[in-house]
Amino acid sequence: MLSVETFVAISLIKTVIALFVLLTAVAYTVWLERKVVGHMQNRWGPTRVGPFGLLQPLADGVKFMFKEDLIPPHVYKPLYIAAPMLAVIFALTSIAVIPVGNSISIGGIQTSLQIADVNIGLLIVLGITSLGVYGVALAGWSSNSKYSLLGGLRASAQMVSYEIALGLSLVGVLILSGSFSLREIVDAQSGTYLGFIPRWNIFPQFIAFFIYLMAAYAETNRIPFDLPEAETELVAGYHTEYSAMKFAMFFMAEYANMITVACLASLLFLGGWHGPLFGPPLLQALLPLFWFALRIFAFLFVYIWVRGTLPRFRYDQLMGFGWKFLLPLAIANLVVTAFIVAVRS
Amino acid sequence: MLHLILFLAFGAVCVAGAINLLVQRHPINSALSLVVVMGSLAAEYLLLGAEFVAAVQVIVYAGAIMVLFVFVIMLLNAGEEERTKGSRVAMIFGIPGMLVGSLLIAWVLLEHSRTQSVAIGALPGPPKTLGWLLFHDYLLPFEVTSVLVLIAIMGAVVLAAPPESARRSD
Repeated sequence: MLSVETFVAISLIKTVIALFVLLTAVAYTVWLERKVVGHMQNRWGPTRVGPFGLLQPLADGVKFMFKEDLIPPHVYKPLYIAAPMLAVIFALTSIAVIPVGNSISIGGIQTSLQIADVNIGLLIVLGITSLGVYGVALAGWSSNSKYSLLGGLRASAQMVSYEIALGLSLVGVLILSGSFSLREIVDAQSGTYLGFIPRWNIFPQFIAFFIYLMAAYAETNRIPFDLPEAETELVAGYHTEYSAMKFAMFFMAEYANMITVACLASLLFLGGWHGPLFGPPLLQALLPLFWFALRIFAFLFVYIWVRGTLPRFRYDQLMGFGWKFLLPLAIANLVVTAFIVAVRS
Repeated sequence: MLHLILFLAFGAVCVAGAINLLVQRHPINSALSLVVVMGSLAAEYLLLGAEFVAAVQVIVYAGAIMVLFVFVIMLLNAGEEERTKGSRVAMIFGIPGMLVGSLLIAWVLLEHSRTQSVAIGALPGPPKTLGWLLFHDYLLPFEVTSVLVLIAIMGAVVLAAPPESARRSD
């Protein structure tokens, strides 16, 4: 048992590291997106600032901070200011329960690579992401502009609808692993089927993974479901009236949510940090982190790939797809999984 | 000790949110105060040890039901509430009435209740226990409640669906 001081100190250190890594990852996901989409469209993407444009996120950040922070006269001020903060807070909080590897021991102190190891980790992530919709909805409403309002309405309707399919797609995984703890779900995926196929949940639950993928795009307001900010009809949707750092905060929230969704996908479906371990002890300690990061990178790459490939849906198509296709499919998958598990046990 | 301080602090936030809900004149501020009430209630459940109930409270109430409230307020673009004579009468009689009522309830609970008070952290509510209770010990009430909810949904669909004549003209 750790003393209170060491516990607080360790938690603080882990929080600082996690926040630093997450914010850096957010900045470089933006860079990756601009680069990958650029190459898909036969352009170069950012090249001017630093080698391969690698310092572009830094330059963007500095630019956002020094821009004039304009508050339009017609907005409802308290909520207009609170909305981007809510969006960022909820987007960054969920990283607290996401484990990135097994426990390590430094200087005789054993600690898990996770800020808070709770036994209902998955529910906490779902709860926090479901609160994230307030940032978007309130931004749209408090801006007092028709484009913002439409964007906010679309976003809240879309996020509430797809949350159901998203949640139901995860229940199949929960039935297979029998726990809400993200760490235990990952541990349940160690080992192999028939000696060579890894025991990842994506193989028995490939329908659930497909539903999760679709719902995740809708939850994070990404193409092909980015109707809340559809440029061609809504200017920029819920953040039309925002400028400078407040505008940047919405983007930070969006990319942080993308990373959270990618983390969840790797933990629940792709076996978390499991992978071949080899080499000296130090390399063996670092390899799980690398495998986990690789999965997140792959998931984000697919995200960006889809953005560079697919057109935007029409709004009624989006709602029809969510309610009339994904939801029944998720329920059917759940019933079949539950039946098979019940017959087996 | 820390638990008790946190419990009282969240209780205070909860009550403050509830009062703010009544005082605010704009519906969206009231709805957001209700979100604060739900959130602090979830924290209270968590401190009592019922972590699953706490998480569900956030997901269902704060994350889904209140979002729909806010959605409807945004959609109708509901304006500020107007104070009428009736609302003044309600204030004059309502506030003392509410105080008397809550004192009465507190007195009854403290003096005449046979249930024991719950210690902090004493409600072990892991999901497995809860699931066993719901789907085994209380299966019939649970199923009856689900049927009730289903009937409510069907009623809403019937009420919201356009009448036959309007559908044909589409």
